[in-house]
Amino acid sequence: MERIENISIETESPSIPAGAGATCTPCSVPTGNLLPLLHEIRHALNSWLDDGSIHVIDLGSIPMAPHEETQLLETLGQGEIQATLSALGNSEVIETGIAGVWLVTHHNEEGVLVGRFIEICHIPEILKSQTEDARFALQALDNLLATAEIEK
Amino acid sequence: MTEMDLLLWARGPGLTIATIIMVGGTLVRLLEIFLMGRKANLAAARGSATAGGLGTMIRRSIPDAGTFKRSTFTIVAGYIFHIGLFIIIFLFIPHILLFKSTLGVSWPGLPSNVVDATTVITIIALVAVLVHRLLDPVLRLLSEFNDYLVWFLTILPLITGWMAFNRIGMTGPSLLAMHILSVELLMVLFPFTKLSHAFTIWIARWYNGAIAGYKGVQS
Amino acid sequence: MKKDQTLGESLREQGVSRRSFLKFCAATASMMALPPSMIPVIAATLEKARRPSVIWLSFQECTGCTESITRSSSATIEDLIFNAISLDYHHTLQAASGDAAEAAREAAMEENHGKYVLVVDGSIPTGNPGYSTIAGISNIDMLKETAAGAAAIVAVGSCAAFGGIPKANPNPTGAVSVSDLITDKPIINVPGCPPIPAVITGVLVQFLTFGLPELDDLGRPAAFYGKSIHDRCYRRPFYDRGQFAETFDDEGAKKGWCLFKLGCKGPTTYNACATTKWNDGTSFPIEAGHPCLGCSEPDFWDAGSFYKALSTPTESLGKAATYAVGAGLLAGAAIGAVNRGRKQAAAKRHQKVTIDDLEKES
Repeated sequence: MERIENISIETESPSIPAGAGATCTPCSVPTGNLLPLLHEIRHALNSWLDDGSIHVIDLGSIPMAPHEETQLLETLGQGEIQATLSALGNSEVIETGIAGVWLVTHHNEEGVLVGRFIEICHIPEILKSQTEDARFALQALDNLLATAEIEK
Repeated sequence: MTEMDLLLWARGPGLTIATIIMVGGTLVRLLEIFLMGRKANLAAARGSATAGGLGTMIRRSIPDAGTFKRSTFTIVAGYIFHIGLFIIIFLFIPHILLFKSTLGVSWPGLPSNVVDATTVITIIALVAVLVHRLLDPVLRLLSEFNDYLVWFLTILPLITGWMAFNRIGMTGPSLLAMHILSVELLMVLFPFTKLSHAFTIWIARWYNGAIAGYKGVQS
Repeated sequence: MKKDQTLGESLREQGVSRRSFLKFCAATASMMALPPSMIPVIAATLEKARRPSVIWLSFQECTGCTESITRSSSATIEDLIFNAISLDYHHTLQAASGDAAEAAREAAMEENHGKYVLVVDGSIPTGNPGYSTIAGISNIDMLKETAAGAAAIVAVGSCAAFGGIPKANPNPTGAVSVSDLITDKPIINVPGCPPIPAVITGVLVQFLTFGLPELDDLGRPAAFYGKSIHDRCYRRPFYDRGQFAETFDDEGAKKGWCLFKLGCKGPTTYNACATTKWNDGTSFPIEAGHPCLGCSEPDFWDAGSFYKALSTPTESLGKAATYAVGAGLLAGAAIGAVNRGRKQAAAKRHQKVTIDDLEKES
């Protein structure tokens, strides 16, 4: 009797006949949310330039079909900054091809996507050094210097 | 009672009770009519009663020119909402499922968005018919409580059905429950109000046609 | 981990940076479908939150709800939840057993009287108390005793929220829900069979951050149970056009058409399955090709077959109609006979008038 981990499982996906209409695979029904979203980004960028008001859009709250998501990422494009954040898993923070528009993608430690945001600002909050962490680090640095003094 | 309890009652005992009353009531009314009997016509037949009866049942659906000129609005609006009701009740796929589960037969339906549009047109036609009844002095004089009652019984399932399909006004179980309950109300009062014209019209046309046909005159 | 420490303090002690904490708050806000403007509020509140004691009582249940909450693969987020609470009693997860476990529960109850959160899964039998006991204590006694000192109760799963499968016809144990027995404490119902893991933890986080959430009239948090499956279903365009799958493997099913004909209860079911989905957003029953069972609604086991459409009756109308025909024929015949009798009597009473009567001089 084979161990259960070693038994190969054949999965059969339902075959979708080619050209069987625009709406075949799950979630490829176009939602039409792409254009309104781009307008929202444009509006937010304008506001930020006017009075510095920051705008954050949660992409998780906007249903989009896979091809619409690809189109969005292509439209935003890649800018001059790419930053990787290692905190409870990896996160990617990039300035998109549209200056002032940042894309923040959060993954957990298993690599599962847990959040995606578009931020229109000077720099996303999460990239900045955190005051509380710095205060804690100052204390740690003090301790380190104190022990270094003693050893001298 | 939660809204789910109400829905389950409507789909369960409510529907059973409504069916018993509608079927039983219709039979009682039919037997009342047929058991009255008719006076024997001792004259010799000069034409066919059967041909007259059958022909009249169909011919009376086409209004003659004079009637049409006199009552254009009533006839046109009436046809619109009757045809609309037929489409909505018998050609909407979720309703066809109901007939399939109770009668065992099913048939193809129309796209649901077409039925949705038909519902809007039918509701408008029914409202127009009521307004006409209220504004026309003769109709208003002739109208009594039962006329307004049957109008209400007819339009309520249309409105609740449209609300349920378009998900407006209430939460899911309530939308369905209100629609099914409004249909049950219609079913229960159907044999005992003027709505019974759905089956008596054929009897009335038959008899009128048969009597005339027997006498050899046009009907 | 000290009990009177704030969450912020305990996270810092574990070496969790503020950036990590902000990332967690952002992910939580997204999961709870809150606007990004709420992220700083969540961060500020959670940081100052003190870890409440949580007692989890399991009654007549299948342990599916515990399986659900522990089966999430976004373990780190869940870890943070478990760091944010002090889970003082839980049959499946605790190390202690027997008297030691019950002693721990009683100690936690006394120490945190009036402040602990009571989580319940499983229904409570009201028939013979012997149907379900823990350490010799009947479920009903343990629930009433533990609820007395609780700040709030979270009824996890359809069994605790509505009675669930034990309550289904014929309900041999007299099973009832938590809210059937406890009426003097705030109760949050988190139904589902089981509930989505993210929803269970989301409700706990929401409770920690904002206190009692907005509840619908079945006591369910509106944030997760405010929309029906039907209103968020990606197959809705097919329903609106009347394109239905007839069987599980026909052309319509393969094309992903609406499952209404196969018995989908989406229109009357309120849950987050269509948006939050299962297995970290992988899929949900309808997307996998199976009609929704309606498992987050009361009495879904007795709501007519899972595979009969919502527009069909739950009782068989055939017998009823047959009796109606019989009764109608009898009543109709009787009324008809009475009417004929009246007609004949009237005919008999009829007095014939002749020309002589008319010419008679009075």
